[in-house]
Formats: sequence, structure tokens, C-alpha cells
Amino acid sequence: MEYVKAFFVGGLICVIVQIFMDHTKLQPGRIMVLLVISGVLLGALGIYEKIEAFAGCGATVPLSGFGFSLWKGMKEAVDQHGFLGLFEGGFTAAAVGTSAALIFSYLASLIFQPKMKQ
Amino acid sequence: MRHEPTKQEYSQMVEEMTPKHNSLLNCIRAFFVGGAFCLLGEMIKQTMMKVFDISKKDALLYVTIELVLLSVILTGFNLYGKITKFGGAGGLVPITGFANSVASPAIEYQKEGQVFGIGVKIFTIAGPVILYGIFSAFLAGICYFLGTQWGWIG
Amino acid sequence: MSQMRGKSSIVFEKAPYLLGWSSIVAQKEGEGPLGDLFDEVIEDPFFGEETWEMAEGHFMRQAAMLAIKKAGLAKEEIRYAFAGDLLEQNTATSYGLKELEIPLFGLFGACSTAGESLSLASMMVAAGYATHALATASSHIGSAEKQFRFPLEYGNQRPQSATWTVTGSGAFIVSREKGPVKITGITTGKIVDYGMKDPMNMGACMAPAAAQVIYQHFQDYGKEPKDYDAIYTGDLGEVGKDILIRLLKENGYDISEVHGDCGLEIYENETQDTHSGGSGCACSAVVLASMLMRRLISGYWKKILFVPTGALMSKTSFNEGESVCGIAHAVLLEREEA
Repeated sequence: MEYVKAFFVGGLICVIVQIFMDHTKLQPGRIMVLLVISGVLLGALGIYEKIEAFAGCGATVPLSGFGFSLWKGMKEAVDQHGFLGLFEGGFTAAAVGTSAALIFSYLASLIFQPKMKQ
Repeated sequence: MRHEPTKQEYSQMVEEMTPKHNSLLNCIRAFFVGGAFCLLGEMIKQTMMKVFDISKKDALLYVTIELVLLSVILTGFNLYGKITKFGGAGGLVPITGFANSVASPAIEYQKEGQVFGIGVKIFTIAGPVILYGIFSAFLAGICYFLGTQWGWIG
Repeated sequence: MSQMRGKSSIVFEKAPYLLGWSSIVAQKEGEGPLGDLFDEVIEDPFFGEETWEMAEGHFMRQAAMLAIKKAGLAKEEIRYAFAGDLLEQNTATSYGLKELEIPLFGLFGACSTAGESLSLASMMVAAGYATHALATASSHIGSAEKQFRFPLEYGNQRPQSATWTVTGSGAFIVSREKGPVKITGITTGKIVDYGMKDPMNMGACMAPAAAQVIYQHFQDYGKEPKDYDAIYTGDLGEVGKDILIRLLKENGYDISEVHGDCGLEIYENETQDTHSGGSGCACSAVVLASMLMRRLISGYWKKILFVPTGALMSKTSFNEGESVCGIAHAVLLEREEA
């Protein structure tokens, strides 16, 4: 059942974004930014938590989930360190995703060559 | 010319004459491609939790790492672009799309050098995501911080 | 008698000839409907170079050398070169042509560069400042995507109105010596801005410029569409073609019978997945140097108007929210009767 929920909710988020893309002509970069911001916002409002509880990876794998984890990290950091946490939480929460992307991508740049578009 | 449409008339005319993406088909594809990535994530998560007895919090981090790795490899073989071309938002929205946006400039710009090529351009698309992610979390954090200080929350 | 005609056209008293021409393309273009008509199809997209930019330069150099050879000339006999590409600071042109050591005028007219370079080369030759001049333009999908859009490995969905940048280069030797085709006149386009902002719909950005210059040509020459065997625009694609025909119809000229678009000739849009057709400086240049020249020489056509179209924009102007303006240059080509 968890699998069905993850598939369904994850797919649904993508459909919402697809409709948005087809109707606004927004470039992918802006779409990604909007997704992360909406994840943070929905996280702060306590909504995303419920989606995650229901859908598991269907909510955390989309980029909005990245935004949600940024919020979670921020909240924990503020709880622990107060004011200092404001400058700590974001990067702590983003650490794994960002580092993985940067590290693997750098390695990829050593291995792979640019290729022609087909 | 003798008769020229105004900018507004012209933009209306272009709107009429430009064919649209088949949005329903796009949505179906986005649903299945995006859903598949999330399903894969869920499978990794469950495996990590059950087989390796890892906490849910850590399992989610493993999901991120493994999906990012998968996406970077697909990008290297020039396959991720095909997934997004087919799946649209289904390829763009999952964390794999974020990884693709980091890996593609890293590979493309290696010819422009380690620092100003890869180093700078690797953030071309991902940079804004990180900046606005961190900044919006910061703003939300301020509200939360002030809220707890003044006893509105918790 | 004055060679100036109307508001922005020239009728050459001594029309210069096209003595040699060449078209060099990459694999995808070679697999398209015009594949057999190109002089060379280069399978390696890097053309033996390290980067997309140098590869594009190599395409241009190769095309230039072949055109010179086909004209039966040596590069020392070419007095001027008029050349341009899509990249910042004309990177491909500068690095591609430096070895040829031909005095150069570097041009930027976006995808209309083939028309701009032919116009200037023919003016130069007709005025007696050169016996032979080279006109060339190039584009490369690798360098163009990298500069204007995304890294090539990045995934995104291209809308139906998007075009595909042609990889290759076309070159022409404009000369006082007699050749099979002559340039009898030109009409120079002005910048036309109808406020379009969608860089994925270039056809709509450029169609008004094409309409403007074709309209001006008819006015200056006192001609009608039926006086031409064909009117070929550069890279308007499906969307732009329809808009152009409609804009001119509203101004009393129906070109639907004679109009063609180079961007719609070069690929099989359905099977090659190129959406709205080909684009780029090379698009109009290689189609002229292959299909259009052949039809002129064979006598299938006697007189055509060649109108490459360009979108004047940069990544900076786009980010700053400016609209994409268009420009187009018309070149009148006629078969030289033997």
C-alpha cells in the first residue's frame, strides 16, 4: 500500500506542475525554485507533514520535499540553538542532497564528455 | 507596412496560430514518470529500513543519495534528457531532476576549465534552487523563532 | 542611373555572380530530406576539435575553403570575407577563419547573417571594390544550446513551436566573373519588434521582420508575388510561416503560392523530432547552397527572393525582460541565361 500511495501522490505532484508548465511557459529553473519555496511554505504551515505521513517518498522525492526538509532542519535548529539556528538549519538540512549532487556531478565531469543532442 | 497589428493584436494572433502541447497526454506521462521515481524512492526507503534496520530519517537520506547517483549516471550517458523530454514535469520535479541540473553543466562546461567552467557553471540551474530554498527556510525560521520567543507557538 | 531603388533596395547595374558555393553539415542534417544535396556531411559533431565553438569554426572554414575551390580560385584571390555566426563576439567566425588570412568584416545578424553577408559582398563587388568576395555563415547546435538555452545533457521539454539549430555552414563566392546565378538586387531589412517575448517561439518573433522586408521589396521594385518563382525565408518554421503569409495578406500580397521556408526543408520534422523545423545561421545558408542553387541552375526556377530571418536577442536581454526583435534581409537571385 505504501508503494501505491507513493506512486500516486508523487505522480500527482508532477501532474500539477505539468499543467502549470504548459500554461505559463515558465522555464524549468523557475519551476524548480517555485517548488522548493512551496515546499518550505507548506512545511511551515504544517501541511506538508501530513502529505508526507500519507505518501512517504511520494512527498519527499519531489523537489517540494527538499523544501520541506529545509523547513524541518530550520525548525530543529531553531529549537536547539535559537537565533543561531536560523543560520544553521538551512544548510544542515540541505547538506545531503546538495553534497551528493555536487560530489557525484563533479566526478561525472571527470568521466563523461559532452555529447551531441540527438 | 501599410497595415500593422498592434502588439496586443499580434500577441493574440500568435496565440491562436501556435499549436499547443497535448496537455492531457503530457500529464499522463508526467504522472507515470514522476510516480515511478517516487515509487523507486519508496522501495529504497523500505529496503533500507527493513533489510538494513536503518531509522526512517536516515533511510530518507539514503534515498536522496541513491536517486541523485542514479540521475547523475543517467545524465552522463545522455539518458536523463530523454526521460524528461518524454515525462516533462515527471523528470523535472523529483530530486533526480535537480541532480540532472547539477550534473549537466558540470559535464558540458568542463572545457571552460575547473574553476570558471565546472566550478561556476555547476550552479547555473541549481544555484537559484539552493539560494531560494535556504532563504525561504530562513524567513520561515524567523517567523517560527519570533513566534516561540513571544509565545505565539508551542 | 541610380542603383538605389525605393526606400531600402538596390538594383545592381552590373549584377555580381555566384561563382562558387558550398554546404557542409553534420549527421542529423545529412539524414534529412536534403541529405544527398549537401557537399559534405561530417559525422563527428566535434569535427576533430575539442569544443563546440571550435567545431563550429571548423565547419565554417571547411565551407569557405570548399566554396573557394569550387569557384576555381585560390584563397589569396578573395579580397574580402563577410562572415558571422550566433555566438558571443562571433567566436566561431574569428577562430574559424583566422587561418584563411582573408580581410574580414565580421557580422552579426543572428540567423539572417547569410542574407546580410550576401548583401554586403554583392554591394562590394558591384561597386568595384572587389573582384571576388566570400560570404558565409555558420551555426552549431552544441554551441547554440549551450549559449542560449541549457547544457546539452539537461532534460527539458521543448514546445511544439521550438526549432532545431542546424549544425553546419554555407559559403558563397560573390564575383565579377560570370557564374550560373547572379544577385540582381537586395532589400535591406530594419529591426521589427512586435513585443514577442517567447524565445521558444522564434518563428513568431521573426515573421513580422520577414513580412516587413518582403513588403518593402515589392513596394520598392513595384512587383507582385507572381513575379517570383519562389520566395524563401530562412527559419520561420511552421508557426512563423503561417503568420508571415497572414501578415502579408493583410497588406495586399498573397505569397502562399510561392513561399517556402528553409527551416521546413532541412528536416523531416515528424520523424527527426525537430518540432517546428530548422533554425540558425547555417539553416538558410546550407539550404541556399544546396537545394535552392540547384533548382536555379537547372532552370526549374529563374528568379527567387532569398530572405534569411534573424531574431536579435541575447541571454542578457532575455533575462532583463526585453522582447525578441526580428530582422530579415532579402537577396534577389536570378539565373544567368546562357
